[in-house]
Amino acid sequence: MRYLPLTPEDRKAMLATIGAKSVDEFYTDVPEAARLDGTIEGLPDHQGELAVERHMAALAGKNRTASEGRFFAGCGAYKHHVPATVDHIIQRSEFLTTYTPYQPEIAQGTLQSLFEFQSQVAALTAMDVANASMYDGSTACAEAAIMACRVTKRRRVVLSGGLHPHYAAATRTVCEAQGIEVVQLKPGIDDELALKDAVDDKTSCVIGQSPNVFGTVTDLSPVSEAAHEQGALMVSVFTETVSLGMVTPPGEMGADIAVGEGQSIGNPLNFGGPYVGLFATTKKNMRQMPGRLCGETEDADGQRGFVLTLSTREQHIRRDKATSNICTNAGLCTLAFTAHMTLLGDKGLTQLAELNHEAACQLADALEGVDGVEILSPRFFNEFAFRVPGNAEAVLAQLDEKDVIGGVRASRLFPGKGMDDVIIACATECTTEDDIAAYAQALKEVL
Amino acid sequence: MTEQFTQQVTFYTEDHEWVTVHGDMATVGITKYAAEQLGDVVFVETPEVGKTVKKGDDLAVVESVKAASDVYAPMSGEVVDTNGELADAPEKVNEHPESEGWFCVIKFSDGAETEGLMDKDAYFEFCKGEA
Amino acid sequence: MTMNSTGRPTTPSGGETMSDIQTVSGSRGLMQHEDLIFETGCTNKTGVDLPAPKGLKNRLGGVARKRSTELPGLSEPETMRHYVRLSQKNYAIDLGLFPLGSCTMKHNPRLNEKVARMPGFADIHPLQPQYTVQGALELIDQLAGWLKKLTGMPAVAMSPKAGAHGEFCGMMAIRRAIIARGEIETRTRVLVPASAHGTNPATAVQCGFKVDEIKADKRGRVDMEDFKAKLETSDDIAGIMLTNPNTCGLFETDIREIAELIHQAGGYFYCDGANFNAIMGRVRPGDLGIDAMHINLHKTFSTPHGGGGPGAGPTVLSDALADYAPVPFVIHDEDGYKLVEEAEGEGEEAFGRLCAFHGQMGMFTRALTYMLSHGADGLKQAAEDAVLNANYIQARMKTVMTPAFDGYCMHEALFSDAFTADNVGTLDISKALIDEGYHPMTMYFPLVVHGAMLIEPTETESRAELDRFCDSLEAIAERAKAGDESLKGAPYLAPMRRLDETQAARKPVLRWYKPEPEKIAAE
Repeated sequence: MRYLPLTPEDRKAMLATIGAKSVDEFYTDVPEAARLDGTIEGLPDHQGELAVERHMAALAGKNRTASEGRFFAGCGAYKHHVPATVDHIIQRSEFLTTYTPYQPEIAQGTLQSLFEFQSQVAALTAMDVANASMYDGSTACAEAAIMACRVTKRRRVVLSGGLHPHYAAATRTVCEAQGIEVVQLKPGIDDELALKDAVDDKTSCVIGQSPNVFGTVTDLSPVSEAAHEQGALMVSVFTETVSLGMVTPPGEMGADIAVGEGQSIGNPLNFGGPYVGLFATTKKNMRQMPGRLCGETEDADGQRGFVLTLSTREQHIRRDKATSNICTNAGLCTLAFTAHMTLLGDKGLTQLAELNHEAACQLADALEGVDGVEILSPRFFNEFAFRVPGNAEAVLAQLDEKDVIGGVRASRLFPGKGMDDVIIACATECTTEDDIAAYAQALKEVL
Repeated sequence: MTEQFTQQVTFYTEDHEWVTVHGDMATVGITKYAAEQLGDVVFVETPEVGKTVKKGDDLAVVESVKAASDVYAPMSGEVVDTNGELADAPEKVNEHPESEGWFCVIKFSDGAETEGLMDKDAYFEFCKGEA
Repeated sequence: MTMNSTGRPTTPSGGETMSDIQTVSGSRGLMQHEDLIFETGCTNKTGVDLPAPKGLKNRLGGVARKRSTELPGLSEPETMRHYVRLSQKNYAIDLGLFPLGSCTMKHNPRLNEKVARMPGFADIHPLQPQYTVQGALELIDQLAGWLKKLTGMPAVAMSPKAGAHGEFCGMMAIRRAIIARGEIETRTRVLVPASAHGTNPATAVQCGFKVDEIKADKRGRVDMEDFKAKLETSDDIAGIMLTNPNTCGLFETDIREIAELIHQAGGYFYCDGANFNAIMGRVRPGDLGIDAMHINLHKTFSTPHGGGGPGAGPTVLSDALADYAPVPFVIHDEDGYKLVEEAEGEGEEAFGRLCAFHGQMGMFTRALTYMLSHGADGLKQAAEDAVLNANYIQARMKTVMTPAFDGYCMHEALFSDAFTADNVGTLDISKALIDEGYHPMTMYFPLVVHGAMLIEPTETESRAELDRFCDSLEAIAERAKAGDESLKGAPYLAPMRRLDETQAARKPVLRWYKPEPEKIAAE
């Protein structure tokens, strides 16, 4: 048992120091009927590294990776290149094996990187302040909805039809428990502006997404104006952070709260998690923000340093009056984000965004050239929706036989909503011209 | 009822608040003892002007780095003024808790609600019991 | 006003200052000064080499960024140095004992990291066709199997992303069960002990319940008299949230009776599983009568804490709650593994969805790797060693410090500050431990003990390391007893002295701002 340093002799000597005969004495508070004898049945005993690695490798081997064959799936999780430096940094013992920085004198590494992360997210979204991250984009979205209800003291939330349906579902779940009404607009590939007409003087916030789940980019400024006229907040969602290198950021479209998924920067696909939720808002609403915040201060010798701050909002102080029950941030995923963003800088991010956009434009051009294909997203960044003649699920299965994961079928995200012939495809800097040509060719053969 | 306080009088509550009544207005804050117990005050959430409160309702929140405490309305009425300076200078609550560190003014509806509140001496004795 | 005076000093005061050797660079030998990336980087520098874009006509339809992000970039060597220098200002498990009570800071095996990075786990997309990710779904199913067997529970929801998210999951399942009984209008009261972690009351309120606090008794357990009194009117009882072993490091001796009484009252039993490390393989929560319990994979099952996350909080459920588990969940039939993603059909009873996609896969791979490494025998041994180590510390320290309660503890030892002189306290002892090369224990929690010091060594500490730690703590405790004023200035030897938390909270500076031009000119 390689993780246990105590030897049988140590245990004996320690029991003697304590004055106990055996460890069983420590468990005498356990009701007798609940005490177990021996080990739990049906579970194997300990194994060496080699055996465990073989077991896990066998499971891993049953999955098809995004790097095998041609890969075009997006919709909230994106295949990007992560620089080798990033993975090295997050595996530094001092970052990997430390706790929440509650003792700032010996946690300046984590704290300074969080301060830099908050500054990067605020700059990226063109908002005043950002927190130290949420679990992921979807939970950040749900928290934004309840924060808007706290700020406006209203109990109605309106969700656009282009909001990622998982984000919408997570938000509904959180709101339902608190008796907040959720109005869901019908799915729409290019219909974010419908939020304008859905906002009234009972609405706490409208939640729109750009680029939305169908890849469509929209200037949400008219929605913000309509919301503000009614005293409601505008929550602007994005799932692809790389887009912010090119498209108008939430802060410049009048957003009061910007939330997004940061996975694209520094974090691998990981089958959906762990990811990193971004959350930014205006200075005015700063104290209503959920989650951890890192702030600047000085130490006893007058040196600049950083601490977790405004924690009276949080559960460990406020308990039943806290702004949220959240107690974790995305920690190491946040570090991966900030380290990758530091490598990129404005120059690298802009270039990365352009490469993504051009790959998607080329893909759209190539697919448009296939008979029967219709591109549905009028404006897009690195993914778009298109219509195929026939059933998208069947088409994707046939494409897969030709080694092409052709995207995500809209009917998986919006079952029963009449979108059986719609595919959402994504291209990134990882997509080659060869991949694009292969996709178009395969689609031609399938249709 | 409302015109009984022709002279300014200060009362104290068991929740460590002070309330100075004059005419039909009551100015509310927290006591020196409370400010000392809380430690460095970093934020005060004052009520909105126009809010109507009943005696005992949540009126304000005072925060130190490690604690958030609710301040209750010592009298029923309407909030007619709040101390805007606390937003930028919450330290006034520590420096001058019973003057410049006031929280808000309530236009009270029932002067009889001061019955049962303590005067300075009684509050002093009360604090001795708390310590 | 409410009189919450648990505040500790939050501005530095007392002690001497370090007016020794000053350096030009601000560095102190190996401890190097490091500016913010915003001060050292610039927008036209980058640490990546990307191919030049082709300059194609864009299809953004005018929704284009008009101003620079102003994000600073650094070259690769500068980036590496920045983060390595920062890392050296952090304490970590890999450096020494990390005795944070209720946090279970155990060794993080590197095999876990290696496995999590296998492309078959790290490089798969959550919305790939399910037949291309059968190994991933099988892994989730295997981990679920381990969790069910270890807890003796029939079902587990895998998608919660952290402990508090698991609490939310369990309480939402309870809420849905009460809705199904048609009693949600009346059953709104949740009992929570005063010693509970702050997330418990916060979660109950997030789920639409009201919190009713139960007192602790003199033994640090639930006060049964108070508990029974709270059940006298039971029509409005939704349930209880109880940590076991509790936050005082003690097993709730009356737990089966508590379960029985709460069920009789028509409520459900939520158990906070934060302290499962003490009992895994020795006690199954399913045998105690609980209905829901989250498991912190980042505590009990060794996934790294990573400076505050990411966590994972799978939540086991009893038969009474199993149907209400959120989507998505994995099912298995002759065609293989399948995800139920919508709250309809097989997921009809689900209370909803907690997050996008399927939970913290990157944590699942690590946790299962750890479980397979330890096996059933090793996990039981780990729990016993964790409890043995905590009792060893308690036994060694009880002559100088004041144990909060009599008798043996479970996996963490709790002391009050009763033994200290008036002028020094828990905070000073904690900060002095930093100078000795240790991370402080959990301080001022649980709230039911004055100046609480909660020490959880975990099973991955050797006897020699425990002895070194106890020697240091003993010496500091003696100084605290004698009222040594110099403790108030500690730490003296850390990368930073005590930080001014009051200033940080009064005038929040939460991001870097570009200095104003006139200010630069003045400098």
